[in-house]
Amino acid sequence: MGEFKVHRVRFFDYMPCAISAMAFHRHSERLAVARADGAVEVFCFADNYFQEKVIPGQDGRAVEALCWVGQRLFSAGLNGEITEYDLENLRPRYTVEAYGGPIWTISSNSQGTLLAVGCDDGTVKMFEILEERIQFQRNLDRQKGRIISLSWHPSGTLIAAGMMDMIRIFDAETGHATHRLLVERGVGASKSKEVVVWSIVFLSDHTIISGDSAGKVQIWDGFTGTLVRTHLVTKWDVLALSVSQDESSLVAGTSEGTVVQFQFLSSTVDQQDKEWIRTRTFKNHSHDVRALVHTDTAVVSGGMDTQLVVRPLLDKVEKKTQESALRKIAFPHRNLVCCAKKAGLLLFQFPDHLEVWRVGESDGHGKPGDSLLVKRKPEKLIQLKTKGEDHICCSALSPCGGWLAYSTVSSVRLYRLQYNNNISITKVSRLPKELRWAHQLCFSSDSSKLFASSTHSTVIVVALNQLECKYLQTLKPKSGSRQPVHLLFASEDGKWLASANTDCEVHVYNLQKLKLHCTVPVYNSCPTAVAINPATSNLVVAHADQQIFEYSLVQKEYTEWSRKLQKQGLHSLWLERDTLITNITFNPKNPAHIILHDMFMFCIVDQSLPLPEAKAILYNQMTLRSLPEPERIRHSHAFKICKNFQHLLCVTLLEDHSLVVVERPLLEIMSQLPAPVRQKKFAT
Amino acid sequence: MVEHGDIRVVHRGGSKINFREPVITSDSRFLLCASGECVKVFSSSTEECIHDLRGHTDLVTGVLLKPSNHLQVYSCSADGTVRLWDFTDGILIKTYVIGYPIYSIHASAKHEGVIFVVTATVSDKRTESFQLVAVHLPQSGDQLVEARELSAVLSNVSSNPAAIDFGRGGEYIASASGLLLEVFFFKKQKAYRFSLKEDNKKGGKNTFMCISCHPKDDCIATGHEDGKIRLWRNFNHQKEYTYTTLHWHHNAVSSLCFTPEGTNLLSGGIESVLVQWRYNQESQKDFLPRLGAAITHISVSPDGELFCTSHSDNKITIIQSCVKVSAVIQGLVKGENVKTDLMVDPRSKSLVLNGKPGHLQFYSLQRDKLLYNLDIVQQEFIHELGLQQFEVVNAAFDASGSWLATVEERKQKDTELELNLKLWAFDEQTQSFVLNTTISAPHEDRITDMCLCHADESQTTVLVSTSKDGHFKAWQLAAAAHTEDEGPSWMCDFVGAYHSMVPQCCCFSADGSLLAVSFQEVVTVWSPASWELLTTLSQPPGAIRNLCFGRLSCSKYLLGTTANNLLCCWNLLTCSLEWSTSMDVSLLLADPISENMAAFCCQAGATDLFLFKPSEPRPLFSQKAVCSGKVTRAVFAPREEMLESCEESSQWLNRSQLYFLTQYMDLMTFTTKAEEDRLMAASKQLVIDDTVAMTPFYLLLGKHRQHENQVTPSDPSAEREPLPQGSVAIKELLQTPAHVLPSTSFLCSMFVRSLLISVTDTSAESKPAEEEMESEKEEEDSEGEMETSSSRPTQQTSVGVGVTESADSPALTKAQVRELRRVRKLDHSWITGLLDP
Repeated sequence: MGEFKVHRVRFFDYMPCAISAMAFHRHSERLAVARADGAVEVFCFADNYFQEKVIPGQDGRAVEALCWVGQRLFSAGLNGEITEYDLENLRPRYTVEAYGGPIWTISSNSQGTLLAVGCDDGTVKMFEILEERIQFQRNLDRQKGRIISLSWHPSGTLIAAGMMDMIRIFDAETGHATHRLLVERGVGASKSKEVVVWSIVFLSDHTIISGDSAGKVQIWDGFTGTLVRTHLVTKWDVLALSVSQDESSLVAGTSEGTVVQFQFLSSTVDQQDKEWIRTRTFKNHSHDVRALVHTDTAVVSGGMDTQLVVRPLLDKVEKKTQESALRKIAFPHRNLVCCAKKAGLLLFQFPDHLEVWRVGESDGHGKPGDSLLVKRKPEKLIQLKTKGEDHICCSALSPCGGWLAYSTVSSVRLYRLQYNNNISITKVSRLPKELRWAHQLCFSSDSSKLFASSTHSTVIVVALNQLECKYLQTLKPKSGSRQPVHLLFASEDGKWLASANTDCEVHVYNLQKLKLHCTVPVYNSCPTAVAINPATSNLVVAHADQQIFEYSLVQKEYTEWSRKLQKQGLHSLWLERDTLITNITFNPKNPAHIILHDMFMFCIVDQSLPLPEAKAILYNQMTLRSLPEPERIRHSHAFKICKNFQHLLCVTLLEDHSLVVVERPLLEIMSQLPAPVRQKKFAT
Repeated sequence: MVEHGDIRVVHRGGSKINFREPVITSDSRFLLCASGECVKVFSSSTEECIHDLRGHTDLVTGVLLKPSNHLQVYSCSADGTVRLWDFTDGILIKTYVIGYPIYSIHASAKHEGVIFVVTATVSDKRTESFQLVAVHLPQSGDQLVEARELSAVLSNVSSNPAAIDFGRGGEYIASASGLLLEVFFFKKQKAYRFSLKEDNKKGGKNTFMCISCHPKDDCIATGHEDGKIRLWRNFNHQKEYTYTTLHWHHNAVSSLCFTPEGTNLLSGGIESVLVQWRYNQESQKDFLPRLGAAITHISVSPDGELFCTSHSDNKITIIQSCVKVSAVIQGLVKGENVKTDLMVDPRSKSLVLNGKPGHLQFYSLQRDKLLYNLDIVQQEFIHELGLQQFEVVNAAFDASGSWLATVEERKQKDTELELNLKLWAFDEQTQSFVLNTTISAPHEDRITDMCLCHADESQTTVLVSTSKDGHFKAWQLAAAAHTEDEGPSWMCDFVGAYHSMVPQCCCFSADGSLLAVSFQEVVTVWSPASWELLTTLSQPPGAIRNLCFGRLSCSKYLLGTTANNLLCCWNLLTCSLEWSTSMDVSLLLADPISENMAAFCCQAGATDLFLFKPSEPRPLFSQKAVCSGKVTRAVFAPREEMLESCEESSQWLNRSQLYFLTQYMDLMTFTTKAEEDRLMAASKQLVIDDTVAMTPFYLLLGKHRQHENQVTPSDPSAEREPLPQGSVAIKELLQTPAHVLPSTSFLCSMFVRSLLISVTDTSAESKPAEEEMESEKEEEDSEGEMETSSSRPTQQTSVGVGVTESADSPALTKAQVRELRRVRKLDHSWITGLLDP
């Protein structure tokens, strides 16, 4: 495997944000997730839960609810605005003020023609969905008390609204309330406290199911407005409800972090009359479950503990497959760390600021496994706050450490850094007007060029020197894809630039000629990391379905090794890993080594060694170590996996062949979360 | 040595009543539970055992109400039979011979004429596997029917009857064993299997413990080893099944039961708390805590009114509507081990042994009932695992039962042994033992043996205790020294030792004149009067294990067993060895009321019994392989009434019964054929009145009531003419042989005549009554007319009636008659006045 000096970096205090809302687009199997800082993420469930798109948040924009209408995504928040997102350019398209105070909920009818929002002032406002915008249509009867939750009847004629202490059913055509269902307050001391109907579901058989702050899941008859059954689920709040598409299963998320499943079952085998029966309880969260989605095969939940949990329902999926494994998505599927290899600097990207750190130094002599004495402590050089309220969507640090660039949805900023005795940072004031905003930023290896991806998968090339920065060229792919670029990689030798977009295309540009060199054959899974081996000019692409390809840029075809890999197939344990490869680097000492990492491990792929057999042990580093020297060669294979460092955000090689490992243990994130609600534990 | 076929080892008295789930009859008046080789019928209101259903010849393994007849009950047994009983009268209706040992029985109303039993799988006997077999009961009038039509339903089931249950009126049967739940639908003839993982990451153990099916819905409740209860639904799909998990118990759920309406689910376990879950509202649950011991079974009466829980301390609790314990039926408490010997209290003739922690229990074997518990330690028992508590390790009665000596000890890890010797005097007034003396630290080390002797001449009682500290001590009742109000207490009288060897056992001769104490391989004989060492007997090598004096005519003999498989008999007159034989005797004991001695020998993992007289060379009785394992506790219990058995081999059972405890803490005894027959006959004679359970109170009060009933016949319609069976003519007709009978035409007229009510005697009685009736009728009529016409003659008749009545009762004076007449007139006019408008 080789020996490395490892910089074990634990000073990146990355803190993900709590999940506040989710919406699932069933047709394309895409899940939109809103976080507390206003960021919206889109996960593609069909492509191994890959985080395709991230729309950065904004100060003061808290998304309370999300709603898909066709391919369009709407959100509403406590700032009282409805926002539609431009999913191609990863930015809000427009916002509309609803004039009803904070908006708690948003819901569209099944026909996709009307959008109903529930406001704090007690009104349900209807918006007509037009081609390019939405238009206010009318208010339904105004109620006393805020509207917390809304649910359309699938026919589109009725809306149920969850309020304080009650549920109202409105006729969507006349706008009048037809029923008023009183929700009982909690028992005990909280009798005087109003009960909040946090979530409501209107089923096609006119059954209404509500979840409230008294911990009840109640089932109502929508025709008569009577209570059918009460399930006391928790001592705390039931925050979210979600029903499966065939309306046979319902899940409820509680403040205790549990998700309770209800199923619509007939009490006896042959009979038709069914009732909702509480069945399973899932406990995968430590904190409130704020958002829930019941897909056809799984329950997706998210909440205060920032993790997105996909819990497959074992009766819907094949047992003991990759599909039936529980999946937790804790880290973003893109790099938040940028490493200046030559200068030994690290750039950490936070939503509203950037930090530049210099890694520590040591004497560098010791046995494998030793921890070396740090001669110079790592130090934080720069903390750069963003201007304005937009959050950072991407950032880059040049390999020499002299340039720093970041982009928000509204602007790109470029800084010149100088490290003499004291550090100076100067903003480059005049940027070319083509460089308005970017999805990805990247510096060339000699720090003379800045690449910024823009609309329609184009890449803008800007030349940098001490005096000015000059627009050179816009690189355009031939495919004419409208999707944004999510990966950019400039090769070390300065010849190539690779860009990958969410249409799964990987384009390689020749930087000397500043034109498209080739397009890698499109694979049906999205690339999660791209890199070009400087020694061989081979492009290595890792995909969301855990496949790895190596493409020769010179021959414009897959390399021999890649073909062999495809022919033999990857090891099943490799394919079953549930986190994605987020970074690829190369070892300049040994061009046959590819270093890649996901959240739980990093791996050195030695192309000179044979590929592992299907029956071989994949994680064999420990067994190899115990074997005598001659035996080792027989048992070793190409995948050398190291799990010593946990919850990796970045693994990369510096120029002095020391490995930088940026760790962020999940336990540390957990410890920084607010305290969960009190729960009685047995024997405490 | 001869095998005696008519003497058997049986479970009788003190057997487990918590072995299988008790059954409450549909009218909730009786509770049936398997107990040893019989089924006991208890009254659910008075806790009294009404009668036993006897007939099985091995352990009864299941009791089940016949689904089609609520007055009959099935019982199954390891003897391979299923018996059908009428439990109110205690009559055996039918015996179905299956032929294989049966471990449990199940039935449902849907399967008429079919019962389901669990038997061992025939194919391989080494691995314990069981199968559920459907038995088609042949429709035959015979009492003894062989049921050969068997068909296997499920294989690999659990032998625990709690792990099999019928669902929704017998549509399907669910069985759980290990980690597998199997549901078999009878209509589709299809089985669904659901398995669980052995344990999950959170440390839960998923092994199934018990099962219960909802009576109306398709829902199966299963209890698990980690205390979880799962409610399975949708189990007619191999994949889309689902379950809800309930968790309250912190340890294995041992029993689950749905109430008959299915509104509640009851569960119980080691916590000794009965938990009641509302069906479909499982977050609401009710508790009935502090039931005393771990719950092993729960059953509910068919009307849902009574719950019944069996407990690990051989107790059945009857609970009314989940709030009130209404009755407790306590059997013989058998802990993990009996430290004291089995003893018989000479006064109450009850068996005495360790009961509840720190108690001695007095158990009447004749009535099979716990009499009372005597608190010896008199300290609060703390339920905590690994906590060392005081335990009663030794106890001894004197011959008259007026003194009881007990030893309790506690050994904690680091501290010294704590010993207490307590002496209890029987108080005639309170009819119980009262603590007389407590001697703390009577010895420096464990007390190995203890015996009490009532010496006739000196009128004093001597207690001898031997200890591992190398001494034996004699204790005597001494008058109080200091004050007068204190009664006499016990003091140490003598400390004996022999060559600093450790004494093992001690024994008084029957008349109390000699004391034998064994010191390893030496037996020393002492005179209690002077505490002189009289002689030593020794038969090395091997330490003495048991020591026993002969009784009555054999009192000159002293018997001892050694660790080297030797049974020795010394003649005390000659002080020499009379005889010795080589056998590995684990227990030797003497019958206190005869010369007989019993020796239990352990051989090849089984125990043999030899019964002999020390004076005779041939054993009176011997039985090989009485039970498996070693017998270390046994006792001769005197009978209340002597048996009159003339057979030589069973004569030793005439005056006393031999009880012994097996390795598995089962109390067994020996019984003869004659005795069994007598018991069977006795149980058949009992006829139970339908309204009141047969209890001693009933026998007292019921007779009285019957007497009353005879005196005042309540209404004439109930009193029927006796059927003419008793008449001479019919008797003649039926009993005379056919060939000597006269012609039928002659007989016919005689027979018809016999059916007619004879005119002569009845007419005289019935006529006045009729007259009276008529006159009363007239009277009523006359009253009606009186207001309208007030005609004279009718009034006169009414007066006449009054007179005749007064004539019947001579006590009435004329004035009274007049008064009566006046009252009647007044009265009637007033009533008619009311009635008229």
